[in-house]
Parts: sequence; C-alpha cells; structure tokens
Amino acid sequence: MTQKLVVIGNGMAGARTVEEILARNGDYSVTMFGDEPYGNYNRIMLSNLLAGVETEEGIFLNDLGWYRDNGITLNAGVKIERIDAEAKVVHDSNGVATPYDKLIIATGSYSWTPPMKNVHNPKRGYHQGVFAFRTLDDTRGMIRYARDHERAVVIGGGLLGLEAARGLQNHVSQVTLLHAMGHLMDRQLDPKAGQMLQASVEGKLGIRVITNAMTTEILGKDRVTGVKLADGTVIDCDVVVIAAGIRPNTEMVANSGLPVERGIVVDDQMRVEGQTDIYSVGECAQHRGSLYGLVAPLWDQAKVLADHITGTTGVAYTGSKLHTKLKVAGIDVASMGLIAPEHDEDEVIVYNEPKKGIYKQLIIREDVLVGATLVGDNSKAASLIQHFDRGTALPEERSSLIFDIGGAVEESLDEMADDAQVCNCNGVSKGAICGVVAGGCGTVSGVMDKTRAGKGCGTCKPLVQRIVEWANGGAAEEDPAASWYVPGVPMPKPELMAAIRKYQLKSVSSVFDKLVPGGEHDAKSKMGLASLLKMMWADEYVDERDARFINDRVHANIQRDGTFSVVPQMKGGVTTPAQLRKIAEVAEKYGVPMVKLTGGQRIDLLGVPKEQLPAMWADLDMPSGYAYAKSFRTVKTCVGSDFCRFGVGDSTALGIAIEERFQGLEGPGKMKLAVTGCPRNCAEAYVKDLGVVAIDGGKWEIYVGGAAGAHIRKGDLLTTVDSAEEVIRLTGRFLQYYRENANWLERTYSFVPRVGIDRIREIVIDDVDGIAAALDAAVEEAVQAYKDPWKERAEPVTPGQFRTSLPLTVLPQVPVRS
Amino acid sequence: MKTLTTLGPLSDIPLGEGRTYAVGDDMIAIFRLRDGSLRAVSAVCPHKGGPLADGQIDNSVVVCPLHLFSWDLSTGCSQSGQPPINVYPVRVDDGQIVLGE
Repeated sequence: MTQKLVVIGNGMAGARTVEEILARNGDYSVTMFGDEPYGNYNRIMLSNLLAGVETEEGIFLNDLGWYRDNGITLNAGVKIERIDAEAKVVHDSNGVATPYDKLIIATGSYSWTPPMKNVHNPKRGYHQGVFAFRTLDDTRGMIRYARDHERAVVIGGGLLGLEAARGLQNHVSQVTLLHAMGHLMDRQLDPKAGQMLQASVEGKLGIRVITNAMTTEILGKDRVTGVKLADGTVIDCDVVVIAAGIRPNTEMVANSGLPVERGIVVDDQMRVEGQTDIYSVGECAQHRGSLYGLVAPLWDQAKVLADHITGTTGVAYTGSKLHTKLKVAGIDVASMGLIAPEHDEDEVIVYNEPKKGIYKQLIIREDVLVGATLVGDNSKAASLIQHFDRGTALPEERSSLIFDIGGAVEESLDEMADDAQVCNCNGVSKGAICGVVAGGCGTVSGVMDKTRAGKGCGTCKPLVQRIVEWANGGAAEEDPAASWYVPGVPMPKPELMAAIRKYQLKSVSSVFDKLVPGGEHDAKSKMGLASLLKMMWADEYVDERDARFINDRVHANIQRDGTFSVVPQMKGGVTTPAQLRKIAEVAEKYGVPMVKLTGGQRIDLLGVPKEQLPAMWADLDMPSGYAYAKSFRTVKTCVGSDFCRFGVGDSTALGIAIEERFQGLEGPGKMKLAVTGCPRNCAEAYVKDLGVVAIDGGKWEIYVGGAAGAHIRKGDLLTTVDSAEEVIRLTGRFLQYYRENANWLERTYSFVPRVGIDRIREIVIDDVDGIAAALDAAVEEAVQAYKDPWKERAEPVTPGQFRTSLPLTVLPQVPVRS
Repeated sequence: MKTLTTLGPLSDIPLGEGRTYAVGDDMIAIFRLRDGSLRAVSAVCPHKGGPLADGQIDNSVVVCPLHLFSWDLSTGCSQSGQPPINVYPVRVDDGQIVLGE
C-alpha cells in the first residue's frame, strides 16, 4: 500500500533525497514543504549568479513541472511549525495538519549573523543595505541594491565570503572583505596558505582584505554608510553582505521534542535518534557528532536514506571525507582533510613559491593522504582528491603528487574514453579492462592475465590497477596471489625458499608436487621456479628442461617469426679485429638477415633458425652473451683511462673483470651493468642495475637500482670504494642479495626502493645482519657452477632440442638488410 | 581426422615439452604432458603466428612463447580472449605417437 512521505525542506538535500527515492521506485505519495516560494535550485551556484556567469534559469535543478510530473505535492512558501511524532502529523503555518507515515527533515541552514550593533532594523529585518547570502531572494536583493551603489563590505572570509566578494565586484567598484580570524579560509587552510590566498585576492582581484577584523557596528541611520571594527576603524560603504557562516535550522525540530544537539541527531541510516519513521538529511543533520555543510556528503546521505526507506537492509552512512574547491575565477584553492599534521610521524610535504602565489601542502600518514592544501595551482587537485577519498597507496616519488613530472599526466578515469589505450605494449583499452571487471574479474592480476594489460614493459601497471579499482567501484578485490613468488605456488618468496630447503626440493616438478595443494603444475610458474631453484641449489639443481622458457632451452632469444637471435659474449664491449672477422664470416656463411649493434655494446645476429644454432656456435667458438635470459647480461663500459683524456679509472678492465666473473648468473630479473671511467658517465652507469663510476683519487662509486628502459630511474649511491677488487666483491654481494630477495621479474629499480637503499647498505656494506660472508660464499658457488651453454652443441641435451617448431609455414618475413 | 597417422616414437618428445609435425597440409604441435598423456593442437598461434610447440605447458594449458597468451590443450579455448586453436585426437600405441581416431 502506498505510504505517505512528508519532506520538510525543499532545498538540495530534500529534493535530492526524493529523487533518489523515486529512482528506487519507492511506493510513496510525496508531500514537500519549502520556505522558499520556488522549485528547487542549486544553492552552490548563487555565487555564480551574483558573479553574472550563471542565470537564474541555469541554477534551477527541478522546476515546478518536475513536482507535477512526479506526483509530488509541493507546498512552496509554507513553513512547518510543529511535528507531532506521536500522532505522526506535521502542522504548518496555514494551520493545516498533514499526516505522514514517514517524515524526512531537511531544513538545512540559515545564514548566521554575528552580534553587531544596528544590524537589524526593528521594522524590516535587516538594516537597509545589509544582506545575508543564503537564498535566491538574498541574491536578487543584493544585486538590485548594489546596482545603485559603489562600495561593498563582505563580512566573513570563508569560501562563501570570498565568492560573495568576487561576485559583488561584478556590481560595485570597491569591495572590502572583513574576516574575524587571522587568515582567510581558516577552516580549510593553514596560516601560510591563507596568507598566499590573501595576496592573490588582493593582488589579482583587487579586493581589499582585512583580517582579525571584528565588526561591531553597522553605521548609518536609514541606510548603511559604513561599518565599525572593534579597534575603532571605520570603513565607509553602502552595501554589507554577511557571509559569516551557517547554522542548522533546528529550532522547530527541537521545540517538537526531537533530539537536537548542534544538529538533529541521526543514526547511520539517517533516522532521527529514537524515531523509527523520522529521518533527517543534509546540513541540519548531525551524524556521529559531525555536521556537513558541503554538497558531496549530502549526496551520500541521500542515497543511504533512500536505500533504507525503500527497504534495502544493511546500508549505512559512515561519514564523509571533506574536500572543497573555491569557485573564484583566477584563484585556485583546493583543500581536503587535515590542514596541519596531528602526530609527529605525519609526513608533511610543502612546496611554496610566493612570487607566483603557489602553495601546496600534503599531509601523509602511513602512506595514505590525510590532508592536502593547494593554493594558486589546482592542476593536481583531481588526483589528490582521488587518493584522499580512496586512501590508495601513494607513489614513492612524493613530488609526483604535486607536480606533473614527465610521464603521463594522471587523468581522471571518469573522463578517460573507453577506447583509450592503456597498455601500449599489448594494445589493451580502458574499455577492455572494464569489460573484464564487469564480467566478474575484480583482481588486478586476474585482469592482467585475461587482457595481458601490464604484461609488456609493465609501466602501465599502476594505471591498470587504478582502472580496475575504479571499475570495481573503488577498490580491487583482495588478491592473495599478489604476494606469491609465482602464481601457481601459494607462497611468498621467503616461505617458498624455506619450504624448498626443508623438503630438499631440487626440481620444478617436485615443488609443484610437494607445495601445491592438489599438486597441480602451472606453466606460468615454471620459469620463475627454475630460476629460483638454480639460484638456491647451483650445481645440485635438477634441471628439467621443460621448466625452461624456450630461450633458455636453446640459449637464444626467440623472435617474432620463430627464429632466434645470437649474441656472442663481448666482455665490456671490447672486441678485436679477429673476433669481428669471425662474426662477419659466420654471418655471411649462414646468411644472417640482420647484423645489429645492441645497446649493451655487443653484436646481434638476428633471424637464425633454431636448427642452425649449434653449428653457428661452433663456427663462432665464442661464449654465449646471455642476451636471452633473466640473468646477468653485460657490462657496458666507456673507453676509460687507456685512451680517454678525461678518464680517471680503468673502466674497461674493471668492466671486463666483472663480466668475466658474473657471466650467466641467473636472477629474478635481468641484470645490466656498466662501468664508466669518470663522472661524465659515457657508459650510462647511473641508470644500470649496478653502475660503477670512477672518480678522481682512484676511487669508485657504486650505484644500484638504476634503469633506463620502460622505467627510468637514477641508481642510488650504495658506497664509494678504493679498489677494483672491492667493487667486484660488493657487486657479487649485492647481486646475490638481489637474487635471494627480489620477487620474480622484479628488477633492481623496484627492488632497491622497495627494500630501501639504507637497508641495502646496512646489509651489503655494514653487514649489520651478519650475512655478508654467506652472500659472498653463495655467489662464489654460483660463479663456480657457470658453464657456457653454447658448449652444449655437439649432442642435443633432449631429443629434438634444436628441431624446428616453425617455420614450417609462411611466417611474417623479416626483411634482409644489405 | 579420420585417418590414423603415426608420427614417430614417443621418445622424440621430452617429458613436458612439445614438438611440431607436418601432417599433410597441417602443422600440428604434439605435447607430452608430465602426467604421461599426449595432446595435439594446431602448431601456429592464432594471435601472431608463434610456434606453440616452443611454448611452456602444464597438464592443462600451453603458453605461446611470443606474447604469453594461453590455450587449453584439451578444448583449444583461449584463456585470454583469443580465437581458439584446433585440437586433434592423439594417443600412444606401442611407443608410437598416433594421430587420429
């Protein structure tokens, strides 16, 4: 049976709540009471109306037709004088009693007038020329009056006061803003930000601002001639606008015997305390001790109320996080959460550029944004609000939160087109990701598996994560597999290694059999396990060839047409005429389609069929360069001190020695190194997994965690040492620590910042954990276990090891370049 | 595939790996699973022509070595939205790989 719903208040909260109830097909006949004789308008836009950038029609949300069309009885201009909760009736100013089954109180707020002499005229409310700034009528009156006057004073330097002052400039030539507190927008800004804002308001807008200005009296007999401040200062003016804050309209409710403290007390379902059929929503409602004067919390409250009143159980409003933006053209201000740190551990990040009027402050607690203030530059407001609202993990580079530093600008996902490409390696669009999420896959790794987004260079992973969270309504599903070393064995790396040691598991299949419930094997986990077992057991590792990726089975890098590339070792990038001659002869003999110099200072022979690999290795008679494995790759060097007139260290000799020692060392990811002979850094050592830089005085700097691929990062200085021997020793120790502790496919540029360079220095240099000797011994064992895989050529290790898998068919042809 | 084709000895395929066979005009990848059974699928990845026999397998899927898309070895269905691959009946008979029913 249709129930009677009565709504007291026809402002934004009341009307929005009714809209939400209608959208849920709530079976109610609705009667609304509003003080104002209008339909429902957007109060927030009154400042735009005053500023002349919006029309009256433009700010109406629902005109009278909307009420008619939805069967709502609107009593506009009718005030409710009493609620009889016992009898379930409301009494209005016309003496009419209206019964209800459910009642919603959305009486909002009124503009608060600070105590001042002469502000009211006993006959006609406010003194002539004095206006509050709350309603459409206030605004109309203000505009009408200001038309014939020249000097305005605005009392109140908060959001509304600033917007009023800016709007009044549209009508009068002189505007003074008086603020009783020490700085503008003191509820949202700290003193420093308030001062920056004041400088902009005065300098850019030409509004005079007086802070610590307590207005005590309105001057003028019949109409306003000025205002007087507590210190006796008199400011001449013809118009006074009061925007000193709002107070909830609760008097009638309190008089009706309902619980009112600062506001009308409601529970998490927006029900008035102790009442089953009376709700309250919006600025007049006090929820968990908080009153909200902004629009976003109101929307959330309206939804919960509508859900609850239409029979959805289990819904709750738990409070809102507040963020605001100032709507004044030319003055950017955004504020959210805390304006000052509360604990010693709160991380505070501040950027201040007074000349430009820019001030940015972030407050971070336990890696979550709990407060932000932006003055003079709102460009990062959207992404900060997102971090603030969702409590998402913040980038390690905090500066990227307040500046756009290189890379892609983080755009709002709401605005991102469905066909926008997210993964540029695998061509996956935002729409494709959302489709998979809509299909029921809510984990980041699940979506990545299904779409292959983020499975190329990996740089889009954070964006993929954001989209999954966004499409999933705020948060991705908990993904237990995220911490596992490989997807098919449910253990993080340390536990996995402990179990492998405990059960003496020396082959990949034994790991699956022993450690996976049900013993199921997983193709995508084999390569990571093979790498781990090889690292752990060195010579004792039981090498099952099927656990290897094809590159590791045939010691060459598979190409798009199913052929392979052959990169002989060329230690430190130093070669000889004899070596070059040999490579040239082999390239000609086998008709190699492309000969290419690599970034790692070697020579790549591309387009070699699998079946030719062993013969080619035999003809080359050079060791493998490992340009195909998750392993130690190469050491790039510069000319060094032998020839270069700037070189201060023998980088080539050291690079060759490092490569000689660590060749072929497997790891969780590639290891690309460099040694450069002076800080000019021709060998790009600052952007390598491990880079060594000779500095004057016979010393060497060691940098770790650098990268210059899909991800660009300058390495962190690990230490500075006196000798090449020390460089080699610490290189081995660092690499072993990385091998033992990095996640599968986690390059040093992620590993080093994750662990922290200070912690790595403690372990590798200071030996705080006392494991340095063990690391040295382990890497030594791995070095001793090295065998050149290209010697594996006389006899195939497995039947058909080098048998062609293709091309038996027409494949994409790579052009021969001559 | 009505006719039976003997492809060669089972020992030609190492445990857990695959090898490609040309059968008439078809290119067929035969995999020898670690549970001892065989699977036969089309040898060319429908995505970008990758050699599936060079891919890694477990007891249910093959992962193409080029872009790491995967297919179910029994049904031929893609697990990542790609077109399916053909699957063929295959068995071991007296140590020989026999394709067909």
